[in-house]
Amino acid sequence: MERTIERLLFFAAITSAGLTLLIFIFMVILGLPLIGEGRFFSLLTTPWSPSHDLFGIYPMIIGTLSIAFLAMRFSVPLSMGCSVLVTLYADSTLSRFLSGLIRLMTGIPTVIYGFTGIFLIVPFIRQIFQNGSGMCILSASLLLAVLIAPTMILFFTDSFNRVPAAYTLAVDALGGTRAQKLFYVILPHSIRGILSGMVLALGRAMGDTLIALMIAGNAVAVPTSVLDSARTLTAHIALVIAADFDSIEFRTLFACGIVLYGFTTLLILIIRGLSTEKEEVP
Amino acid sequence: MKAATIEKLTAVYAWTCGILLVGIVGGILGYLFYRGWPGMNLSLIFGDTSPVAAILLRQPVFNGLFPAIFGTLVLVLLSVSIAVPLGIAAGIYLAEYAGQKARHIFGMIFDILAGIPSIVIGLFGFSVAVFLHHHFSDRIQPCLLISALSLAFLVLPYLIRTTQVAIEDIPRHTRITGTALGASPLQNIIHVLIPHSLGGILSGVVLAVGRCAEDTAVIMLTGVVASAGVPRSLMGGYEALPFYIYYISAQYTNEAELTSGFSACIILILLCASLFGMAFWIRRRISARLLYRH
Repeated sequence: MERTIERLLFFAAITSAGLTLLIFIFMVILGLPLIGEGRFFSLLTTPWSPSHDLFGIYPMIIGTLSIAFLAMRFSVPLSMGCSVLVTLYADSTLSRFLSGLIRLMTGIPTVIYGFTGIFLIVPFIRQIFQNGSGMCILSASLLLAVLIAPTMILFFTDSFNRVPAAYTLAVDALGGTRAQKLFYVILPHSIRGILSGMVLALGRAMGDTLIALMIAGNAVAVPTSVLDSARTLTAHIALVIAADFDSIEFRTLFACGIVLYGFTTLLILIIRGLSTEKEEVP
Repeated sequence: MKAATIEKLTAVYAWTCGILLVGIVGGILGYLFYRGWPGMNLSLIFGDTSPVAAILLRQPVFNGLFPAIFGTLVLVLLSVSIAVPLGIAAGIYLAEYAGQKARHIFGMIFDILAGIPSIVIGLFGFSVAVFLHHHFSDRIQPCLLISALSLAFLVLPYLIRTTQVAIEDIPRHTRITGTALGASPLQNIIHVLIPHSLGGILSGVVLAVGRCAEDTAVIMLTGVVASAGVPRSLMGGYEALPFYIYYISAQYTNEAELTSGFSACIILILLCASLFGMAFWIRRRISARLLYRH
């Protein structure tokens, strides 16, 4: 009995782990014809134009990266400010309210951000810049910034709170201001947590489908400005999906899948590297 | 007075960010309710059909949200009942049986699984369906079952992690007392570890339900359709609330349909928010109560 249960539990763990690898193997096998023809790497650097027999995913890689990084540029300062407010400046009532709000935000589905974005952000951007439809990188990354903010705030406040109380109390005892406590004690001590939160948020930004699909406009040209419409790898998969298993269009989706899988795995490995190294104790 | 200036600037910056965040969330939620609230009534959900007949599945609902809500419920129930036994079992294995090295390797693999974008999991589910269609049976196509399985993969790493962490968070003296008194590892798990970590495990389950209910990317590749009525079989198409919202945003033809999209947003947000609220409530209450009952 004991042994059977242990085997069953082990079987559950190995099945779950096997699935992760199976997803990758499936992508590679289905994308294999491309790799075999030596087209995989040229796909990553050429444009997408089926009418000219070009099926490169370079524009989508650029689209994914520019939307994700622009979202980070908006979201990191905002999340940092909110985390500082929650841990240092707000009284306990406000702090509890903000923490509740941030947890509520993690529960808002992305399709809802996308839906509201269409009717709030897109017309706003269109009017301000008088340029095109308003469906562009800027609109999508503004919304993505809101989507990934709670992830970062939770990580930031968590690592701020893990700074030993002896250190923060020492600053108070020496008559330091809250800003001095932040810049000289809290930030240097929580740098790993801050980085982990940022990497995780970047992963979420790259992996999100619905906001880019609904807001970014999905043009297949390589974007040259933040007001250009762009298509991300995730949106590309959602748009091109077709039942024709043998078409090259469909095969290239697996190239997108492999690239996304690769990006996110890399980010996860960075986070694990950041968190397993021993925290230095001065 | 340089320090005082920096202090003041930091405070102003922090407050600005806080107000901005509250403003954004308040703005989004307020706008949704402003646009969607007028459409919130029974006929939004049941159309012209009587609610009782619709809920008992006696009459189909043609112009209401009922099939989408029902589809989401069935989908969530299916995928959670696939993922929960597997996830909890794997979590227990990692916390109690796995050695240092196995725990490290499994931990890394599950972190990677948790990081895979949901659309990639959807693509995987879709390709499996097409693969089976070509090689085994023409009857297999993207359907409710394929969606449920894909969603189960999506939430599996959360379940494993929360179970593992919930068990590992039990104080060490509680964890080893049972075995020290002669209980077998299995007895220890059943009588000590699971009761003590039930709060954590359950809140993981509720969070998984929330993730299943909100996800759109996986289901749009694996079988959700715009109009299918109430799901009749595992092998058929179905409707779901998040997909309805996406579909309306692209395909609405008149103001009434748009309002129903906003109302669907409100229903989905209330559903997800209450699930998340429940998860946090469970984590605080159940664990404390079980602790005192023993």
